Amino acid sequence: MTTAMILVPRTPIRSGDVVMLKAMISHPMETGYRRSEKGEEIPRNIIRRMICRYDGVEVFSVDMHQAIAANPFMSFGVVATKSGPVEFEWVGDNGFRHRQSAQLNVTG
Amino acid sequence: MSRPFSPRSGIELDRRALIGAGAAFVTALAISPARASPEMAAAIRKFTGGVEPKTGKVTLDIAPLVENGNAVGVEVKVDHPMKPESFVSEIALFTEKNPSPDVAVFHLTPHSGRAHVVTRMRLATTQHVAALARLSDGSLWQETREVIVTIAACTED
Repeated sequence: MTTAMILVPRTPIRSGDVVMLKAMISHPMETGYRRSEKGEEIPRNIIRRMICRYDGVEVFSVDMHQAIAANPFMSFGVVATKSGPVEFEWVGDNGFRHRQSAQLNVTG
Repeated sequence: MSRPFSPRSGIELDRRALIGAGAAFVTALAISPARASPEMAAAIRKFTGGVEPKTGKVTLDIAPLVENGNAVGVEVKVDHPMKPESFVSEIALFTEKNPSPDVAVFHLTPHSGRAHVVTRMRLATTQHVAALARLSDGSLWQETREVIVTIAACTED
């Protein structure tokens, strides 16, 4: 069961403001470098990419490697233009895919 | 120095020389462009395409000493506007001594508004971390920081 959390600022947002979005998702980010107690290699299982779309445009994405900590956390800026969803998508090893969105309310 | 015949002057001079040498050494460390393992240098070259990154514009904010390398907060800011005609298109992070030097590549757009990214990363051991920024004109900027790690990540449980 994957859970993700997207945080948008709670303060009123005006059109043109740059807001910092925060996103975190539950995932082990297994590096592939570890071994089990029996000495067997634990295969790699990581999220490779996170994409953020807003107002129909891909505004931000990140390619991740094993050095990103478990339960990847990302924060980045976006120019608020109008009210609408910010849509997140995470894609990873073993067919991992998770989509989630949050509402960005823009006043004025 | 005003008392050339003082019995201590020799020691004073040695001490000054030592401090001077120490300062020079620290300066050499600070301005040394790569501070990179061969793996890190290769990963950076792959990102830059051989273009030599300049020092400046990039601020890499990471704790100089961390107890636990499993989740180290890291923040990169680039002092450059995010206008359609000129913006920061990519920010990349590399490590010197992790099992793999690549950490992440952030793809930004003028819609980002601000060249500012935050994440949490793993550090296998005490080492240098490099942040590079690519601008829309193709120029590259870099900052490197050393982090001392007392508990490793990656290969430990």
